[in-house]
Amino acid sequence: MKFQRHRAVLGLLAGSGLLLSACGSDTGGGVGSPSTNPGGAVAITCSSGSLLAAGSTAQQNAMAQWIKDYLNKCPGANINYGGGGSGQGVQQFINGQVDFAGSDFPLAQGQEQQSADARCKSGSALNIPMVGGPIAIGYNVPGVTKTLNLSADNLAKIFTGKITNWNDAAIAQDNPGPQLPSLGIQTFHRSDGSGTTYNFTNYLSNDAKTDWTFGTNKNWAAPGGQGAKGSQGVAQGVKSTPGAIGYFELSFATNSQIPYAAVGNAEGKFVPLTQANAVNFLAKAKEPGTGGDLKLQFDYTTTDPTAYPNLLVTYEIVCSKGNAPDKLPLLKNFLGYAASAAGQQELLSQGSIPLPDNLQQQVRSAVESLG
Amino acid sequence: MDEPEGAPVSLVPSERGSVPSGGPSASFPEGHPPTRSLLPGGDPSWRTRRMGDAIFRMLAQGSGALLLVIISVIAVFLVLRTIPALNADTTNFLTTLAWSPDGKPSSFGIEALAFGSVLTSLLALLISVPVAVGVALATSHYAPGWLARPLAYLVDLLAAVPSVVFGLWGLIYLVPNIIAPSKFLNHYLGFIPLFGSNGTYGKSVLAASVVLAVMVIPIVAAISREVFIRTPRDHIEAAWAIGATKWEMVRTAVLPYGRSGVTSGTVLGFGRAIGETIAVALVLSANYDISFHILAPGGNTIAANIANRYGEAGEVGRGALIASGLVLFIITLIVNFGARAISGKGNRGDAS
Repeated sequence: MKFQRHRAVLGLLAGSGLLLSACGSDTGGGVGSPSTNPGGAVAITCSSGSLLAAGSTAQQNAMAQWIKDYLNKCPGANINYGGGGSGQGVQQFINGQVDFAGSDFPLAQGQEQQSADARCKSGSALNIPMVGGPIAIGYNVPGVTKTLNLSADNLAKIFTGKITNWNDAAIAQDNPGPQLPSLGIQTFHRSDGSGTTYNFTNYLSNDAKTDWTFGTNKNWAAPGGQGAKGSQGVAQGVKSTPGAIGYFELSFATNSQIPYAAVGNAEGKFVPLTQANAVNFLAKAKEPGTGGDLKLQFDYTTTDPTAYPNLLVTYEIVCSKGNAPDKLPLLKNFLGYAASAAGQQELLSQGSIPLPDNLQQQVRSAVESLG
Repeated sequence: MDEPEGAPVSLVPSERGSVPSGGPSASFPEGHPPTRSLLPGGDPSWRTRRMGDAIFRMLAQGSGALLLVIISVIAVFLVLRTIPALNADTTNFLTTLAWSPDGKPSSFGIEALAFGSVLTSLLALLISVPVAVGVALATSHYAPGWLARPLAYLVDLLAAVPSVVFGLWGLIYLVPNIIAPSKFLNHYLGFIPLFGSNGTYGKSVLAASVVLAVMVIPIVAAISREVFIRTPRDHIEAAWAIGATKWEMVRTAVLPYGRSGVTSGTVLGFGRAIGETIAVALVLSANYDISFHILAPGGNTIAANIANRYGEAGEVGRGALIASGLVLFIITLIVNFGARAISGKGNRGDAS
């Protein structure tokens, strides 16, 4: 119910004709309209059974959409994705309570990976990327209409309280034109642990090495600023506070109509946040995993001015081998649909981004090889 | 009262001991029912009652024992899950001002959280108890009957509102609207450290405390009212008789009598405030430092921290959160015992 309503709103905002029509049939109670990709080919292969998954809330909307698409086509199946957070999802996966987990982080080397491998018995636990999420730097500076340029260094200084006013010379230098107002900066961050914080601080640790000394952490570690629960809370804080700046997934910025910045890359070039620029950055990620594992390592050193360097990617954690035989066909078909061109296309309406083509291929063959 | 019909009165032992009877039961001293051999032919209703007694005793004792077992199992669980996390903590659990249990190295401490929990709860009580006592007096002694009853219902209704609703109200309405009064306090009373600020306001300890206060008022008010309306008529009449005004009557007769009720209401309110999770998590800004600046964003509580951190917590993180839960448990225990000791002393002493 909740998902459907949410979906409807997102769909309307996205204004995509394809998705609007999908939406319309759902809200109108239409039954069994198969989800199609733009080319018209049906990407869903049906199998019966039931799947249970849990974890990352960052991919919850995407999952809800995929599940709805899949169940529309295959009423005999039963798929459930509970949120709860990456940590909880991984824990439930290790305990064998869910068939796969959604996580904003690849499994940590050492204890966590070992526990997850042990759960998979004959196989090992794989990290399979599925959804990309650009992180917007939203701000509320009255009177400013153009997109602000904020370098990684300046962001680090703002979020650690070294730059405290919007008319600071360091910001003005990157933003020629009319002077920014003299207004105190109020930073907003997540008060709960989150993959968004992890990836934003990862960007700062890599591209603002001297000014950001708080490392990469899913819990906000810098002093000062105001914390808020959930991206919704941060967006609401920014929206209602003049002088505020905060970070949240792109969908929250577009939903609340909060302007967002072009951020500096490793070379100091400013990259505006577009879905294409985000996908481009995702495409440059390295894959240090072995044995079919597809965990990604972002290349923050890239100087490409069309690669937006501030994003997160969320994974599905699955067993490479040793899945229950009665679950395996559904697991493969469902994840296969999520990774298909049609499934990935659905992400655009969620404020998320699809995986780049080469990665989609790899993910599809990884899903295909599950046993 | 529950003597079965048809049973010969003279043979049914009565616990009241006041049934005048010339029958054999009169010769049994109170509290010692006759043994079955004295009953003619084993009256079936009598046997049922004995059996019922035994079953009820078993159930009651079993429930009592079960409670003890549950509490000790919970305690063992908490301690077992806590130990590995505390071992992983590379810093002092009692004094560290940070919460990064899954970091490398792992570092977390309870000090700021415990401080924040106690501070917000005490502030909430400071705001709510006077109001709640006022509400209780109004509904028990001041308001006319046609108004008092609906008013009391409304207060009870307030207690039934889910805390997340209070949290959302706090986040969406109170936080933006507390900024102006905060600035006022800071401007005129800023020399008092309590009202100091770094120039930002809003998601502050004060805002959280006001939300908690609203949640606590119905509890304190309901319990106080129940005691106030039981003030013996004699006390009230005596106060009237010596020419007391209404306020003097309340002060000399009602308030002293109701003190224990207000105290236990306050203790319960404290329990609700310190254990409140989601409302505080929504409103507070969640920092890990110790500051008395109640107007500035910051502060955190144990319960809110658990709500905020649990979803993304790893193995050590979960243990750390459970450790903080254990500390909350201990704080609540200390406060409960402390309050009991104080109110017990008050009741024994001069009650005027």
